[in-house]
Amino acid sequence: MSDVQTSPLDSLMADQEPVVNDFQIMIATVNGSGSQTANSTLLRAIFRMGVPVSGKNIFPSNIQGLPTWFTIRLSKDGYIARREDYHILVAMNLQTVEEDITNLAVGGIVLYPEEWKIKHKRDDVVYYPVPVKALVDESGTPSSFVSYVSNMVYVGVLATLLNIELEQIEYALNFHFSNKPKPVNMNMALVRLSYDWAQDNLPKNDPFTVERMEGKTDGMLLLDGNSAGALGTAFGGVQVVAWYPITPSTSMIDALRTYLSDMRTNPDTGEASYAIIQAEDEIGAIGMLVGAGWAGARAMTATSGPGMSLMTEFAGLAYYAEVPIVIWNVQRVGPSTGLPTRSSQGDVLAAYFLGHGDTKHVVLLPSSLEDAFEFGWKSFDLAERLQTPVFVLSDLDLGMNLWMGKLFEYPDQPMDRGKVMTAEDIQRAGEFARYKDVDGDGIPYRTLPGTDHPDAAYFARGTGHDEKAIYSERPDDWVANIERMNRKFDTARALVPPPVVDEVAGTEIGLIAYGTTDACIVESRDLLREQGIETSYLRLRALPLSDATRDFIRRCDRVYVVENNTDGQMAKIIYMEYPDLAPKVKSIAYLDGMPLAPRWLTRAVQEREQER
Amino acid sequence: MGTRVNQIGLQRNDYKGRPSTLCQGCGHNSISNQIIAVCYELSIEPHRIIKLSGIGCSSKSPAYFLGRSHGFNALHGRMPALATGAIMANRDLTGIGVSGDGDTGSIGLGQFKHMVRRNVPMIYIVENNGVYGLTKGQFSATADIGQELKYAGLNELPPIDICLEALAADVSFVARSFAGDAKQVRELLKAALSHKGTAVLDIISPCVTFNNHETSTKSYPYGKLHEEALQDITFIPEYDPIIVDVHEPGQVQAVRMHDGSHLVLRKLDPVKHDPTDKLAAFRLIEEARIENQFITGLIYVDEHRPNLHETTHLIQAPLVHLTEADLRPSAEALDRVLGEICCQ
Ligand SMILES: Cc1ncc(C[n+]2csc(CCOP(=O)(O)OP(=O)(O)O)c2C)c(N)n1
Ligand code: SF4
Ligand SMILES: [Mg+2]
Repeated sequence: MSDVQTSPLDSLMADQEPVVNDFQIMIATVNGSGSQTANSTLLRAIFRMGVPVSGKNIFPSNIQGLPTWFTIRLSKDGYIARREDYHILVAMNLQTVEEDITNLAVGGIVLYPEEWKIKHKRDDVVYYPVPVKALVDESGTPSSFVSYVSNMVYVGVLATLLNIELEQIEYALNFHFSNKPKPVNMNMALVRLSYDWAQDNLPKNDPFTVERMEGKTDGMLLLDGNSAGALGTAFGGVQVVAWYPITPSTSMIDALRTYLSDMRTNPDTGEASYAIIQAEDEIGAIGMLVGAGWAGARAMTATSGPGMSLMTEFAGLAYYAEVPIVIWNVQRVGPSTGLPTRSSQGDVLAAYFLGHGDTKHVVLLPSSLEDAFEFGWKSFDLAERLQTPVFVLSDLDLGMNLWMGKLFEYPDQPMDRGKVMTAEDIQRAGEFARYKDVDGDGIPYRTLPGTDHPDAAYFARGTGHDEKAIYSERPDDWVANIERMNRKFDTARALVPPPVVDEVAGTEIGLIAYGTTDACIVESRDLLREQGIETSYLRLRALPLSDATRDFIRRCDRVYVVENNTDGQMAKIIYMEYPDLAPKVKSIAYLDGMPLAPRWLTRAVQEREQER
Repeated sequence: MGTRVNQIGLQRNDYKGRPSTLCQGCGHNSISNQIIAVCYELSIEPHRIIKLSGIGCSSKSPAYFLGRSHGFNALHGRMPALATGAIMANRDLTGIGVSGDGDTGSIGLGQFKHMVRRNVPMIYIVENNGVYGLTKGQFSATADIGQELKYAGLNELPPIDICLEALAADVSFVARSFAGDAKQVRELLKAALSHKGTAVLDIISPCVTFNNHETSTKSYPYGKLHEEALQDITFIPEYDPIIVDVHEPGQVQAVRMHDGSHLVLRKLDPVKHDPTDKLAAFRLIEEARIENQFITGLIYVDEHRPNLHETTHLIQAPLVHLTEADLRPSAEALDRVLGEICCQ
């Protein structure tokens, strides 16, 4: 085994203050090499030590061979946004090692397989060569498992270097493998071996360390947003799911299938109180939802940009025929196939206006696990109350990465099935007219197929219709119906989840954001405060906008709308809705495939402020 | 006034829809009338039916029958998906889908085949006239090769055969008929209503405005002259005792439908087609195409293929009848799942 190589910074390192629970680990691997187990094990073990963490997987659109990076951010202050710099590099991909080292922070450390020859060595970072192959050989791992297990070497070495408790690593492995002893033991054996090797052979020459913390992660869980949304969907009482596979939404349906088969299948008969259908395409998927929603079921799908494009015509039909359905769009980068494995907030305008003619939709904007869970069930209540499609715009960052979140709260309201008339209701009312505004809120009453009353039936259609759903080309019928639907859209403004406002007295600057950008805003506001810039913050949770947003903008002198797309899509909606306030509203929009980073946003706001 | 009623006390009028706005003499109207007649005759409760359609003259027709049944006029070519969703949501409903040859054979061919492949329990009628009626007379994909129309010109492409497409997608019930043969349409409709999977009825339904010249195989004059029925079909509901006169073996075949009703097929064709033989069905269609024959009747039936309710292991109760207690798992269930996620 080789000697440990050290840099000329040795002396400097020795005097350095320890860096505790506030750095980022970057693990560079080759896609398909099974590093997910190792990475999530590390993440969970650190989380179990009470340290706030967040993990992001930056992966290619490829099954095997292209580079993949996984970042684990530790933040004693609880920040979970993307951090651009990294301090600990686990270099396990020869293709990218040079570039990965170039981007490492000064004073950072590099773990790499000892047999690699690294050409351009920096003298301001610490190198730890690791005998990966020798350790794997020594562990006696059966050859068919080597590729799965060998990543445990860096888990064990990091455990020594950073002081990660082995007990928590074992716990995390048990979690990962659902307590199956065989894989847990096999992986743990290599972790221990590597841990011991590092204890004996690797003199620590860097300041980074993990220390147990109290009170920061109590009662929190670590989960991906797709699972959180799926769990919420299950607690929304979903009945029909139709879908077509597309990254990054697929794992939401996978999770939903797991939850439903656990909670909604009769263990004796194997019969399911729900249907999941893998459709032939997204047109078929949404078509099935429209049929199911019309028949009275809670129906949902999960897709991403290209799939949502295909759903356009049906979204317009569901809007105009007034059929409740729920569509999750876990956004990735477009236009077109774009960057299929990168995150964006690029489908805001497309979702809001999906469909030809004067179509507009209710859109929910989750920014956390808690939101994803809540919108999972609440989206059905809104769809059925409003008799309209509800879009939930998540994104790859929320959907596929691991986030900390508070334990989800059980729905605080019973299921709202909306205005449905039974045969008895029709008898009592003496009339049923499908598209009549009985209550003045623009929301009509509906009957479900199968209602046993001679006046219950109506012919749903995408063509012009009168109050009784009868075909009509009369201008007055058309206008009356559309005006009622616009009234309904105004009713929606008050029903959708209101924005969350944190207003700081005396500040002139407002920030508006939504979705996963929230994590960036939270940290950036603190950074700005350090620079003497105080901001108020409004986090949108839904479209259409409500008075709260208009009033917030009015109270501010200037407002920056921050979003992870290029065109400033939410800013445009705000300009459209409140043209009189538009001069106050500025767009800060950027998209390169990565979630927005707080330091970048802080600089962007500072620059805008200086330009004034 | 002594108006006649059926077994559930409804008059024939109770099965009608709004007045048709299709052209006088359009084949689609005649099919609507047979649907009305059959539902009245079988005393079907209208609220148990849902009517589904795509876009086209044919797809408008559900407005003109069964006014007491819910219906959904969907998108062009996309009715199969919508029907699938509705029928999964409420398995007590009987779906009657009406489509056109454009709706099914072109824009909707994919959805059609996937519906058939899933064996969604419903009737799927293609009112096949060889043209796009509603957009005024373009050729559809079922038009004959070499056919000439004043507006559309010469069709140089071979036709898509709806029955063949259905067979290739493993259909469990497929028949061809002719709007001018009212009795056969009725008996096939009755059989289709008793079928447990997708029942495809490809009914030649002349467009009197754009494609009714006697040289067109989709016209009334041609159909009247050339129709060769495979069988004389009699549908025997489950509540009628079945008396099959099997004096001439090979001449008469009884097919038991899954609900206990029977189809009695008195064979008229020289080869005595056996509609439970899938290879024979393929051969029948291909030979008829080569010989320019207009054969009608039951082409293939398989009462054993599992339908979509079975392959998705759906509970017996319609999903839409489930209450909040059935649908929303308990607070304890949430605690349990969260406990598994946190494992604290
Ligand atoms: C997406 C879409 N494309 C085109 C149309 C226009 N369109 C309406 S009906 C029709 C053809 C209908 O033909 P067919 O299904 O044969 O019905 P028929 O009118 O002949 O009964 C077309 C192309 C449409 N409604 N939607
Ligand atoms: S145009 Fe043809 S298909 Fe349409 S209603 Fe008239 S006859 Fe029927
Ligand atoms: Mg046609």
